[in-house]
Amino acid sequence: MSQTPHPYDPTHRHLEHLHGEHCGLCRIEVDHVTVVAQGDTLLQDVCLHLHCGQLTALVGPNGAGKTTLVRALLSQIPYSGRIRHMDDKERVLHSVRTGYVPQQLPFDKMMPVTVTDFLAASLTRRPVWTGVSKKTRSQVRDVLSLAQAERLSGRMLGQLSGGELQRVLLAMALTPIPDLLVLDEPVSGVDQNGLYLFLDTVEQLKRRHHMAILLISHDWSLVRQYADEVVLLNKTVLCEGTPETVFGCETFRQAFPAVKKEVE
Amino acid sequence: MDAVYSVMDTLLPFAPFRYAFMKNALLALLFLTPLLALLGTMAVNKRMAFFSDALGHSALAGVGIGVLLGVSNVTVILVAFGICWALLITRINRTGGASSDTTISVFSSAGIALGLLILSGSGKYGKYSSILVGDILAVTPADILCLGIALAAGVALWVMMYNRLLLMAINPQLAQSRGIPVKAVEYGFVILVAVAVMLSIRWVGVLLINALLILPAAAARNVARSAAQHALLSVIISLFSGFAGLCASVPLGTSVGAAVVLCAAVCYALSLLAARLLRVRLQA
Repeated sequence: MSQTPHPYDPTHRHLEHLHGEHCGLCRIEVDHVTVVAQGDTLLQDVCLHLHCGQLTALVGPNGAGKTTLVRALLSQIPYSGRIRHMDDKERVLHSVRTGYVPQQLPFDKMMPVTVTDFLAASLTRRPVWTGVSKKTRSQVRDVLSLAQAERLSGRMLGQLSGGELQRVLLAMALTPIPDLLVLDEPVSGVDQNGLYLFLDTVEQLKRRHHMAILLISHDWSLVRQYADEVVLLNKTVLCEGTPETVFGCETFRQAFPAVKKEVE
Repeated sequence: MDAVYSVMDTLLPFAPFRYAFMKNALLALLFLTPLLALLGTMAVNKRMAFFSDALGHSALAGVGIGVLLGVSNVTVILVAFGICWALLITRINRTGGASSDTTISVFSSAGIALGLLILSGSGKYGKYSSILVGDILAVTPADILCLGIALAAGVALWVMMYNRLLLMAINPQLAQSRGIPVKAVEYGFVILVAVAVMLSIRWVGVLLINALLILPAAAARNVARSAAQHALLSVIISLFSGFAGLCASVPLGTSVGAAVVLCAAVCYALSLLAARLLRVRLQA
């Protein structure tokens, strides 16, 4: 892409306070997960693996249960079946850190809250109305630098553009550095160029921190360019594999007849 | 108390403040307005102005129930009733059904009606009608001590829960995804507001209490550009209104609460003007 990432301290020593101890997650196994809510089956027998260091794109028509799957992964809703977090020695991990970038953030744009207030409120216990300490300010800058958004620190949250807000939300999802990062259609309301820059940042994060990334997206060219794996979901997994495999499979063509041309 | 009075005599060598009741009123205002102003910043951000209004109105019902039970200490029954009422409104809003402003309106009118019913029926309306407008000039040193303790405890709790509340005010789902116990913090906040409102209501009055909670924070919000500015300006405006209102009420011979609230309303008008000027300068 047009913008090259700026040079970075390869040891990331300055970011150690954000990491804590790495949990050694290797993959997330979703085994026969079914979600039923008020008599409706939202997910039926879903099986898939999410691997660390890979970006998995979750695609599917509206109402396919993509957000439901995310909520199950974040343990926000009850489900039957099993979701396990495995390390590289095939041991089960009991806690993994997840970071979640919401689809959009409806909030009161007039609220007098700066980007620094917003991030400091999630980093420290010291109430931000008493001011933000120097130490926390530099911590906030480090966090924003992960999403290449340092320059936004002094701005009011309500005055950010869609793309800028997305980066601030990404920065928040990266504190502490998660083992699983979920991007819930993170690109709505962002211009095309900003969108690719955003995914470039995500790709660097993937390489640098070896996290598992789940991306919900309808942007096929984006999925083709950035996804290592694609999962086509409609209540259950219809098709999975590399972008080429999934875009080529018959069920995908049936589910999205209109996008056939765009993909090829 | 005498030491405090002599300090005040040195700082405020004005005729009205020769009287102990004026000193007491000033001290009470200096204790209760900042806490209300701080809580107000979040009540405004969370769009709860109507909620706190309903809470204030329910004080009438609290007094009524106190009379029925024959409890002599009005404050205790007010605080207990306020907490129950606040929790009930929040609970019913969470479970849904009608929109939140409808629910709150129901609680607001029910609180007033219940209070009037009991007080008029028991023939004690005259005795307790003063709670409608409050009387800060009647505050005693013991009451001031109680307000001081409430201020300290309120600010301490406020320090503990503020950051989580701020994230919730921005977006509750996001706050939840970051592991914040949204429900518990929400209940904690409404309890804190209920206690602060009920402790102040005897002095400020049912009709005006919400103004002290909302007006300073709303005025500050027009010009503040960060959370710290919002809190600081809100407290400054509330302290200024409290002091100016008390001073103005003496020569005018009017109710103190009314003068304080009008001062805060003038501050709000000025803040609107300031916000417009700021915007013009930013655009230029």
